[in-house]
Amino acid sequence: MDKTLKKQLMKTAVNVRMGVLTGTFHAKSGHPGGSLSIADLLTYLYYNKMNVNAQNPDDENRDRLVLSKGHTAPALYAVLAEKGYFDKKELESLRHIGALLQGHPCIHIPGVDMSSGSLGQGISAACGMALAGKLNKKDYHVYTILGDGEIEEGQVWEAAMFASHYKLDNLTAIVDNNGLQIDGKITEVCSPEPIDEKFRAFGWHVIVVDDAHDFDKIDEAFKEAETITGKPVAIIQKSVKGKGVSFMENQVSWHGSAPNAEQYEQAMNELKAALAELEA
Amino acid sequence: MADVIKKATRESYGEALRDLAEKYPKLVVLDADLAAATKTGIFKKAYPDRFFDCGIAEANMMGVAAGLAASGMIPFASTFAMFAAGRAYEIVRNSIGYPHLNVKIGATHAGISVGEDGATHQCNEDIALMRTIPGMTVIVPSDDVEAKAAVEAAILHEGPVYMRFGRLAAPVLNDPATYKFELGKGITLRESDKDEITIVATGLMVGEAVNASDALKAEGISARVINIHTIKPLDKELICKAAKETGRIVTVEEHSIIGGLGSAVADCVTECCPVPVTKIGVNDEFGHSGPAVDLLKEFGLSSENIITTVKKVLNK
Repeated sequence: MDKTLKKQLMKTAVNVRMGVLTGTFHAKSGHPGGSLSIADLLTYLYYNKMNVNAQNPDDENRDRLVLSKGHTAPALYAVLAEKGYFDKKELESLRHIGALLQGHPCIHIPGVDMSSGSLGQGISAACGMALAGKLNKKDYHVYTILGDGEIEEGQVWEAAMFASHYKLDNLTAIVDNNGLQIDGKITEVCSPEPIDEKFRAFGWHVIVVDDAHDFDKIDEAFKEAETITGKPVAIIQKSVKGKGVSFMENQVSWHGSAPNAEQYEQAMNELKAALAELEA
Repeated sequence: MADVIKKATRESYGEALRDLAEKYPKLVVLDADLAAATKTGIFKKAYPDRFFDCGIAEANMMGVAAGLAASGMIPFASTFAMFAAGRAYEIVRNSIGYPHLNVKIGATHAGISVGEDGATHQCNEDIALMRTIPGMTVIVPSDDVEAKAAVEAAILHEGPVYMRFGRLAAPVLNDPATYKFELGKGITLRESDKDEITIVATGLMVGEAVNASDALKAEGISARVINIHTIKPLDKELICKAAKETGRIVTVEEHSIIGGLGSAVADCVTECCPVPVTKIGVNDEFGHSGPAVDLLKEFGLSSENIITTVKKVLNK
């Protein structure tokens, strides 16, 4: 990947992480851990991959993204705010009464392609969007992001079967494999492993990214995905829950709790330092 | 009555989809391995490229329908009422209802008239479940003519619609030449200024209600009959008018007495004109196997029981 571009994406991803913290801090609730683990992925998709336009969010030819792991809405909102779908100020009223930004993604928010949050459902909607694309002979692509805990839901596998049966090669599912869910490690709660073999068995082309926070590796995976025809693609990205904030990394306790004022300040200072380093 | 034509509303559903497909190019049909039973197979035969079998996976089917609707299509998601409203309830609520997507749910084999398959497949709860979802329209057609008209009305309505169809062949009551379906508007089938009670019926029970009213008339009892094909939004004006003019209401539905037509009517009159409402339906119990016609009699879903109930309410 071009070095300037990579640096730019890295800077944007830091801003997205700041948005995640701002949102969850002001909301006094929410899910920062899994939001931070997909910050780089969302940055890559919205800034380097997807054909989208904040000025025309409902364009029927646009690429679509369904955040199946809907509880990580703070990351989606942060990237949409960066892109200009709505004012960044909105992040400060996330989850508040009367606010635009609901606790989980809502289709009526500019840039949000599907309501989600009840786990396992987003991937089905993404299948429907991909099927509609085929029927209407549109060349848009549909992306859906799933949690590794989320794939314990049976509906995910109903959808996986459907997508390969109907050869939805305009669909890419990304499994955010950070290894942690609310009750602990995914391998200890009720293991969905081996994830790659499962998707392969369901007829998907599988790509494993061993570092979801390295834009070169993300780029490589999506470039490979682009070449696949006749079947859907699953990208399994090994990520770090809480990535970018030292005290949140790999801590399951940060799945669903918000930083207090002190923690928020420390986290923001770390991210500001990261940004300064990138800009140096 | 030997010359009365009978047809199951599921059959009407399949035929209507086929007949409307050309007029509405965005219409597509999904099923969950029941195309032969839900009669979407009729559509599939004529338009195989617009039919998608989802296999035995109703949750995913509802989600796929949501995604299709979010991309401008008009999907009809079809399966038995038990699986559409029951198994997939939460997907219908969160992936279709909450985003208010333009999905039409064609639920067949509703109620105990499923017959021999027994309690696991006799869905007596779907109206109750579906009417709790904000923005969901709930339609229960009474015959072939009404069912076909309802399918087109559902297409023309922007937003989620739940349609309830039956397995059992039902008498064709309406004349296609004169029948007009208006979403959310009840139809008064028997009326006079001497009405001392109103029978409010839906679906398969509309014919029974008409027969009951006609028999009661011969005995000097005047009973108004209202067909409520749209349970939500309910025609409150018509129900309140009947409550005011007749003072008593009996509701009849092939559904649990908890949460269905009877509850909707009772909720309505409690606000506008509190009158006694007596509910005929499936009581708080499961059904069981048996021929549909016998089950309907056993569960009191018959003109005979409507007559008895009306007389009891009127102390006659």
